[in-house]
Amino acid sequence: MRSKRALRYGLLGLSAALIGVGLLRQEHLEVLGKAVRICLECVGIG
Amino acid sequence: MSGMRRNRIKWPLSRQRTIQLISAALVNGYIAGFQKGRIFTGGTKAVCVPVLNCYSCPGALGACPIGALQTAVGGVKHHFPFYVLGLLMLFGVLLGRAVCGLLCPFGLVQDLLHKIPSPKVRVPKGLDRPARGIKYVVLLVFVILLPAFAVTETRVTPPYFCQYICPAGTLGGGIPLMLADPALRQLAGWLFNWKVLVLVVIAAASVLIHRPFCRYLCPLGAFYALFNRFSFFQMSLDAHKCVGCGACERVCPMAVEVTKDINSPECIRCGACQTACPTGAIAGPLKKQSPR
Repeated sequence: MRSKRALRYGLLGLSAALIGVGLLRQEHLEVLGKAVRICLECVGIG
Repeated sequence: MSGMRRNRIKWPLSRQRTIQLISAALVNGYIAGFQKGRIFTGGTKAVCVPVLNCYSCPGALGACPIGALQTAVGGVKHHFPFYVLGLLMLFGVLLGRAVCGLLCPFGLVQDLLHKIPSPKVRVPKGLDRPARGIKYVVLLVFVILLPAFAVTETRVTPPYFCQYICPAGTLGGGIPLMLADPALRQLAGWLFNWKVLVLVVIAAASVLIHRPFCRYLCPLGAFYALFNRFSFFQMSLDAHKCVGCGACERVCPMAVEVTKDINSPECIRCGACQTACPTGAIAGPLKKQSPR
């Protein structure tokens, strides 16, 4: 039970760290750039 | 195969259905998009929503995590997707597959389709168990490996899962945009027909089998399944209260062996087992255990 809790909080910290690194590398802008244009592949035009 | 069942929508709505409807409305809250046939272009689209919801849906206010993951892995830079992976892990650790059972709009669509009166199919265990592994293959091959390594001349690889499989993109993005925009309709060809066929097959299967896409194909469900045993949202069974009647396992839409493995990677935290339990032995995010 204690190890499960430790793993849970460890992964929570790791995910926060990954998000932080991604933000520093401005990866969110890449996500934004893709998401604000119609994705032709997604809608089936290709 | 069991006989014809009438799965009427009950009123007042269950907690699960209420949460599903609110979630679907929140992630697709840009109503004007449906009228104009355009997609939302605001800053909130830099953030992934936890659910499979196409960012080309006219109502979408956030980005699809599976689409964003493929873009990061297969984009011009071909880099490690720190940001998207971090968000996916965060959703996984906090919620696990409660995302599938409570928040995902395409899960809601499958739930409603399953309410259509028809003979219901219980997939035999010998077929069901290995078939559940397909979603992990879809995640690995279509979402990660192909975008990472099947590089084209432009160095940008297409989002293979979105392009050839994703029924949520066809339902939420393709069909509404095609209906609203005649220019897009003229561009539709074999790929759109293929995607509509995939959607129709999954919709038809959903009438007969509960959540076939979540069980067998969804790469996002596969990712969250990895976190289900230790996410913050956990189910628990009080062995002293359990009378072993099996009511929970009969109603489980994901065919989880509730009494043996209540936090199975397949459990979507829908709460059906809690509702069915005559002794209140099961606790979960939607309901605490009943006092004896």
